[in-house]
Amino acid sequence: MLAKRIIPCLDVHAGKVTRGVQFGKAEKGELRNVGDPVECARVYDAAGADELVFLDITASSEKREIFLDVVRAVADQVFIPFAVGGGVRSVEDYRAILLAGADKVAMNTAAVENPAMITDAAERFGAQCVVVAIDAKSEFGIQNSKFGNRKSKIENRKWQVYTHGARVPTGKDVVEWAREVEARGAGEILLTSIDRDGTRDGFEIELTRVVADAVTIPVIASGGAGRIEHFADAIIDGHASAVLAASLFHFGELTVAQVKEYLASRGVAVRR
Amino acid sequence: MIAIVDYGMGNLRSALRGIEKVGGATRIIQSPREMIGARAIVLPGDGAFGQAMANLRAAGWVEPLKQACADGVPFLGICVGMQLLFETSEEMGRHDGLGILAGEVKRFPSGLKVPQMGWNQLHFQQSNPLLQNVPNDGYAYFVHSYYCAPRDPSITLATTDYGIDFASIVGRGNLWGTQFHPEKSQSVGLKILGNFVTMVGRNT
Repeated sequence: MLAKRIIPCLDVHAGKVTRGVQFGKAEKGELRNVGDPVECARVYDAAGADELVFLDITASSEKREIFLDVVRAVADQVFIPFAVGGGVRSVEDYRAILLAGADKVAMNTAAVENPAMITDAAERFGAQCVVVAIDAKSEFGIQNSKFGNRKSKIENRKWQVYTHGARVPTGKDVVEWAREVEARGAGEILLTSIDRDGTRDGFEIELTRVVADAVTIPVIASGGAGRIEHFADAIIDGHASAVLAASLFHFGELTVAQVKEYLASRGVAVRR
Repeated sequence: MIAIVDYGMGNLRSALRGIEKVGGATRIIQSPREMIGARAIVLPGDGAFGQAMANLRAAGWVEPLKQACADGVPFLGICVGMQLLFETSEEMGRHDGLGILAGEVKRFPSGLKVPQMGWNQLHFQQSNPLLQNVPNDGYAYFVHSYYCAPRDPSITLATTDYGIDFASIVGRGNLWGTQFHPEKSQSVGLKILGNFVTMVGRNT
């Protein structure tokens, strides 16, 4: 049986793994260094991580080489799949990252600005390596749920796609965009709830479920992991194929092995 | 030296690193001429079947690869590289493969998440040197939308359950194929690659 995947995410800034709280904090210096990317990757591999995601949160062209060196070093020493994202602007960027040894490349802003790039990348490199990252923000905040019938509000919930590190609204509906990226050839969706990212309040289950149910490609739930139960919620209720978390794992509050043991106790297939 | 065929499809460095990790000497080869002196051949591959065959044809690989298999040179096809060993694929139309193994490559039935992406179990159907000391029911890393359906069930070494039971490892003599990526399948995958490297050593 196909196992649900647990994916630690590593934010890489100037060659080091860091973690900020919520999007867009690199500029403000609100980042904590937590280590060497290769060492982190090795530790996660040994702990049973099914896959890794490296996000280049510097993503400036002059720092690109440093990041590609990180990718090469990881690929040389870790024998599980890993994806790379952040600042991917072109099919040439794709190629450079894949040649450096990544298995998948996630694009976000570039996919919105130039959706044809999804198809280009899928045709040139195969859909298996094309991950479209979707940053989703709820259109109706919690405050709106006090109006009218709560149930109908929930049925009508909408999420909007944001780009540029969750700063720029695009006017695109998340579910429609998810369907479009699938139709254009994406092999997987990395779905992040902007509202939940960094809060530890749990993954946004409704968002995860509506997107996972709208497409046939796998969906990775991201943003908000705070407790071990949250992982089961995202998989069992959110229908996610994989769950991603960063700070929980980095700071050692939970290990991948603990999460897997818990998921197994809830009847979820995991690789152990 | 284990030759890794570069035909413009996919991440060769991963396969190379995996084989070198378990002690195999490798070389990436870009033309059939470079096969001379190779003790074994690895055909990796990601991407679409039709494009993969077109690339093999354009660079003149088809007959030399068939000949190498016929000569009993140890041969490992990985992912699309396994699928190419079969006669036809229904991926994006109908495409002929190398036809070294009888059978076809089919799309997963509807109702499943496709591609199958992630770790799934290998259920051994028979013993084989490739599987020595590899745990039965162990997990390997898969990424694929199509699967191989061998006509001769006796070549199926392991099956995996994804809606249907499909052949995840095939083998006949010195020829093997894995639908998963051993180079990305941690200890299970490295053990399989190690067994391949060991057999290559014995063969010479």
